[in-house]
Amino acid sequence: MSVRALEVLATGPLCTVQDQGRPGLAHLGVPRAGALDRPAADLANRLVGNPPGAALLEVVLGGLEVRATADTWVAVTGAPAPVVVGRRPAAPGRAERLPAGAVLRLGAPRAGVRSYVAVAGGIDVAPVLGSRSTDTLAGVGPPVLAPGQRLGLGPPAGPPAPVEAPAVPPRGTPTGVLRVHPGPRLERLGPQALAELCATAYVVGAEADRVGLRLDGPPLTHADAGELPSEGMVLGSVQVPPSGRPVVFLADHPPTGGYPVVAVVDPGDLWQCAQLRPGDPVRFTRAR
Amino acid sequence: MEPSSAADPVHVRAFGPTALLAEVDDAAAALALATWLRERGVAAADVVPAARTVLLDGLDPADVGPTRALLAGWRGQPIAGGDRRPAGGGPVVELAVVYDGPDLDDVADLWGVSREEAMARHTGLELVSVFCGFAPGFAYLSGLPAQWAVPRLGTPRTRVPPGSVALADTWCGVYPTASPGGWRLLGRTSASLWDVDRDPPALLAPGTRVRFVAAEAP
Repeated sequence: MSVRALEVLATGPLCTVQDQGRPGLAHLGVPRAGALDRPAADLANRLVGNPPGAALLEVVLGGLEVRATADTWVAVTGAPAPVVVGRRPAAPGRAERLPAGAVLRLGAPRAGVRSYVAVAGGIDVAPVLGSRSTDTLAGVGPPVLAPGQRLGLGPPAGPPAPVEAPAVPPRGTPTGVLRVHPGPRLERLGPQALAELCATAYVVGAEADRVGLRLDGPPLTHADAGELPSEGMVLGSVQVPPSGRPVVFLADHPPTGGYPVVAVVDPGDLWQCAQLRPGDPVRFTRAR
Repeated sequence: MEPSSAADPVHVRAFGPTALLAEVDDAAAALALATWLRERGVAAADVVPAARTVLLDGLDPADVGPTRALLAGWRGQPIAGGDRRPAGGGPVVELAVVYDGPDLDDVADLWGVSREEAMARHTGLELVSVFCGFAPGFAYLSGLPAQWAVPRLGTPRTRVPPGSVALADTWCGVYPTASPGGWRLLGRTSASLWDVDRDPPALLAPGTRVRFVAAEAP
């Protein structure tokens, strides 16, 4: 009997192990982490028969190559990247058989940033503080993937989605329109701050990562309205530092911050923040 | 500090659809409220006390109303043991600091003193860790006099090296790991602030008293 594992041959710009993160530790200063495009990660797990909390690979801009040591099922979701299983092109959004010794390759996605690779049984690295997520800000969790690594796989939990099932159509590219709720510190930024935020055209800055989406554009007028004592921050907080250029806090955001939060991105639009590229346009609109 | 009004010791704000932010008077009240909420099994995944607030995050939308009602029942009760003051009996940790931070001169200018006098002020303090946040093991150290408060940087640095000793407002902190940050950097220490294999992992757990000692560059 062979030991179920993946051998990492190549990783591209950044590849991490992710699950649903480590909630409940923010009071110790530990970020939540977890897959940035949560619906895509949940779908990948569902396609190979895993429960939603199974650990999988989050791949930034493709470039992943892994070899299976035993027959298994894999599924790729998220940013629509070309997938090759062995010598054969495969469809994203569908469970695919990855035979022992065969290599799974992800090319660069045509749009979006992050693809998700789920393997039947899940990635079985040692959990840290209750999660297998890599936290890129705090350095908690398994290390960033590197060639030469061998990742153990858990026992398959359930049957994969039927092979006959059509591939799930890609969700399409993100629109860059993010629905927002009013933030808790509007009064710090002036009565028109939320309207001003929603009227401003932004583009994603060069420093967009798992911590936050930094936005370029005209600065909000009353941004430099004084200091704010440190307080807890939520996923999707739109924080305004004195530069006036907003930052959307993502999964590896620090648990507390000291700049006012003008708005909170609706949970239903957070997946877009995982898939927007530097230079992509962003607009905010009031959530209904 | 006493609550501003015995009838209304907490003010609650919505923080998006799945979180509430409860405002109180100070860090001691925040710690007391967070403890009180946990004892009552508050329906939040995360309860995060901070300088003047407690964040209740990860609420099911159906739990938001009942959680507001629970918060309305808080009367500024002291935490178990009766003492709201976090200062006092904690252990003392001495941290050796090389005072060569990029913002040391700016802090001295803000204080209107020389670089040497700024170092002397910092090493003359006894600070107390009142809560952790921002990053694993990042403790907010209180005890800087109000008249020495310094503003944060206008634009946060994208990477602050681990071990950086920094000031913001009336807080002092030591960055345990490399991270973005907007605090003003005075210097650096080689102490291990955070270690998941140590119990507790945070060197400066709440209640710890902290003194800084000037050290030569290695």
